Amino acid sequence: MSSKKNNIKVFFSALPKNIFSGFVVSLIALPLGLGLAMASEAPPISGIIAAVVGGLMVSILGGSHVTISGPGNGLVGVLLVAISTLGIQGAYAAIICSGALLILLGFLRMGKLADFFPSSAIQGMLAAIGLIILGKQFHIMLGNKLSLDGSVAYLLAIPETIQGAFTYADPGLTFAAVSGVLSLAIMVFYSKTRNQYLQLIPAPMWIVLLSIGFSYYYELVLQQPNPINAMYMISGIPSAQQIVAEIPIPNFSAIGSFSFWTSVLALTLIASIESLLSIKAVDKLDPQKRKSNVNRDLKALGLATIGSGFLGGLNVVTVIARSSVNVNNGGSNRSANFMHALFLVIFIVLFSTQLTRIPLPALMAILVYTGYKLASPNLVRTIFSVGKEQLLIFFTTLLVTLFVDLITGIIAGVVITFIIHVLINKGATVFFRNLLKPNVLMFQEKQSGNYYISVKHFCSFLNFYKLKQKLEDVPQEKDVVLDFSMCQFVDHTVMESISGYQDVFAKRGGHFEVIGLDLHGTDSEHPFALRKLIPGLKKRSGALTKRQLALQEISKGFNLKYVPEKLEDLRFLDGFKHFSTKQIEQLYNRLFNSQDTFKLFDIKYSEGEFIAKEDVRTTMLHIKLEGAIPCFTLDQEGFFEKMSALAGFKDIAIEKHADFSNRFYLRGDDDLAIQNFFTDNLVLFFESNPYYHVESNGASVLVYSKERVAGVKEIKSLHDFGKRLQSELLLCTQNKL
Amino acid sequence: MKQKKFNTVGTGVTFSPNLKANICQSARLALLFEASLVLIHVGEKSLKKSATFDAYLAPFLKQGLKASVVFNPGKPVESILESVKENEVDLLILGALKRENFLKYYIGSIARKITRKASCSVMLLINPSIESLPCKHVVVNGLEDQKTPLTISAAFFVAQALSSEKITIVEEVSNTEVGNVQDDKSLRKSTLLKEKISRREDSRIQKILEDIPQKHKENKLVATQPIFGKRGYSIGHYAQVVRADLLVMNAPKASGFMDRLFPHDIEHILTELPTDILIVQ
Repeated sequence: MSSKKNNIKVFFSALPKNIFSGFVVSLIALPLGLGLAMASEAPPISGIIAAVVGGLMVSILGGSHVTISGPGNGLVGVLLVAISTLGIQGAYAAIICSGALLILLGFLRMGKLADFFPSSAIQGMLAAIGLIILGKQFHIMLGNKLSLDGSVAYLLAIPETIQGAFTYADPGLTFAAVSGVLSLAIMVFYSKTRNQYLQLIPAPMWIVLLSIGFSYYYELVLQQPNPINAMYMISGIPSAQQIVAEIPIPNFSAIGSFSFWTSVLALTLIASIESLLSIKAVDKLDPQKRKSNVNRDLKALGLATIGSGFLGGLNVVTVIARSSVNVNNGGSNRSANFMHALFLVIFIVLFSTQLTRIPLPALMAILVYTGYKLASPNLVRTIFSVGKEQLLIFFTTLLVTLFVDLITGIIAGVVITFIIHVLINKGATVFFRNLLKPNVLMFQEKQSGNYYISVKHFCSFLNFYKLKQKLEDVPQEKDVVLDFSMCQFVDHTVMESISGYQDVFAKRGGHFEVIGLDLHGTDSEHPFALRKLIPGLKKRSGALTKRQLALQEISKGFNLKYVPEKLEDLRFLDGFKHFSTKQIEQLYNRLFNSQDTFKLFDIKYSEGEFIAKEDVRTTMLHIKLEGAIPCFTLDQEGFFEKMSALAGFKDIAIEKHADFSNRFYLRGDDDLAIQNFFTDNLVLFFESNPYYHVESNGASVLVYSKERVAGVKEIKSLHDFGKRLQSELLLCTQNKL
Repeated sequence: MKQKKFNTVGTGVTFSPNLKANICQSARLALLFEASLVLIHVGEKSLKKSATFDAYLAPFLKQGLKASVVFNPGKPVESILESVKENEVDLLILGALKRENFLKYYIGSIARKITRKASCSVMLLINPSIESLPCKHVVVNGLEDQKTPLTISAAFFVAQALSSEKITIVEEVSNTEVGNVQDDKSLRKSTLLKEKISRREDSRIQKILEDIPQKHKENKLVATQPIFGKRGYSIGHYAQVVRADLLVMNAPKASGFMDRLFPHDIEHILTELPTDILIVQ
């Protein structure tokens, strides 16, 4: 029983953090929920209802840990069609049915469903959804409500709308357009600033706050009506009482029709794919490295969707952007999802009238940005670097989705992928002959305890689930060797998923090695592209930048070796708390000594996912120590740390050094060991030197200061600090011995 | 337990480019097993044919091989099976064909039918050769089955005769036994279960090994290895991965029409022979 008691204790001690992060998430969920619902031409409140019902039900019944559920952007396109053909009440009926299908998928253990689609086709589908959202909302953002036929027509009308925006006769419309453009600018530039205080509130909430403030400014200070045209204000936000009183009745009369069931199928397909992809991505971000039970999550999402449909809400899916914000703000269990729903209820109860002060264009700017992110040119570039054939798959799916519909689009994507695979292999025999064969062998090697997995014949999106099942069976702190040497063909989808597994294994202390692909590169039957998986940045050619030349120069002075090319093996960064919620993308410009125990490097990593994604480039110093030291994190104590101390993060105090404790924020799991480790000399060292963030993973320390790449001078001082820290720590470890 | 020893080795011979290799290999094996050899030819007897067979057999007869040639005209499958019964053949050797331009072997439809219907043990050779090739590593299945002890003892006998260095007994654990992994909890459960099953299987195999005569176990590395995969198929994959020279398996249960439509167990292995195979009856 004690473990259960302990669990409850852990839960309550983590609760303040989760309440905080649930609050931050609700700040994004509010505008996104309203916007997504309006983009789907449903009543704005239906998005909030979906988020509330989803948050409450999925947090209780779900199988994942740090995900946030609510209305998803993927569904906008399908919901649009459903609502226009079935009417809103008919659409609610379709939503309820799709919820039932989701539950069924959960019971049939179809959590692997998303693996059956080629990744480029899924990318293409998502990009098409992005364009559908962008195309439609762009016009509203610029104060030009249109009603056109088909999503392509909306896209084609964009230039006209831009032109028209400069010639509005009605100043109300101009104000509307200006609010839209300003909001878009906030969305775009927000992720580029790293100001702590601005970052306290998520960008969508800034838009909401600023526009409400603007409206109050006109009303209270200028005593004038809001200059934005009334048609472009959010309307129809009911009060809490109204929501309860006016629960719509789903209309099941169309249940026999073909269009009803195509809508249901599309909703189910997109909802499950979006949720499964999100869960997969969020699992990678989870600092506690837990494995989500996707089938259980599907059931919970299905049930929540049914509930949401009956209460007049949209489909409930797992959403990536909000989930990543949750992780970044310290959400550690499902209570954060629950709290986000509770805060949304509070917002609606308290502020439903204020919400009508938000101009539509501002809200739609958030969606335009979302749409752009889904279909950004960067994405196309990345896919192209994987291979031309992936681009063909991508565009086939994208165009068919735009011109026909989502289901046809994804089917087209699957078909074209298969055709490409057949062409590459010069025949379909390898696929047909071996499709049903159990082609994956796994065993645990007796001596080493390593898992060995061998794959035969071919491995593509068609039969990846077999390999995946085996991979799932391996505890992720173990070592795995995956052997493709008996495999004729490995496709991009598989390579990409495997790279995901490699990340997860690395984070959980395991090791995942892929062997047997070297031969494939030389074999003419297997084009390089399909196994070249991580489309890194542009390859650095011989020409070095000025900074690189300077680094080269410094390296000579410091007696270090300089290598500008990127480093593949990033295992030495495992175990650092700083990277537990971040994805390292690239490590380059290394300066290191001959034993590789002291290295300076530039690193690029990202925080968050999708529209909440922020890329960070910075310069760090890594020192490998000779002895073991306790794990700790040392930060400057600022406003934020004081705030987070209130939310339950604790600061370890060092006796007799109240000043140090005040100035620095020291964290770690083993209080006593850390207190013993911070001797007077070490405390003095930190007090008398410039401030750096210092983190230890037990065997090595990581030192950095700013979240940007350091200049040459800064590198010199970092080097100097590092050298002295190294000798100081050496003294400490020696004293301990 | 009765120790199985092969008394009569039979092989089907036709006039193909592989004829000499087939005869040499079979004769060599018969010598090693201290058994007599029966060449079964589906066709009419003729002087010319007899002369060819005799010429190929001559060097082995000198070494003390007892050999005879049986001519039995008729349909290939039925004729061979008939001759097997008449001559009390207890090990039938069949050659596999090499698919053109592929590094894969498959077994012809006739050989496959014979394998399914034969009442004696069958050995399928993927690469019959005139020179003798060493057989270093024998892999044998350790399925939980009545036939398994017999199969394992046969494997040891053959390994001894071929002076193999290593013999691995593979326990195949089917997926249904270890449960479905969905999250951390079920993963832990299934990992523990796997360990438990591995231990259980291991002790079962150890019991079988106790009954193997000591002289068959001499000079050999005996290993066990649990694998997780599809029963009857993954062992072939395993044999391929560890580059085994001979795979010894239980004879299949009677297979019906459905089994060929939805191949399982040995049918999979017959479609793509990983190594030489001995199917013990």
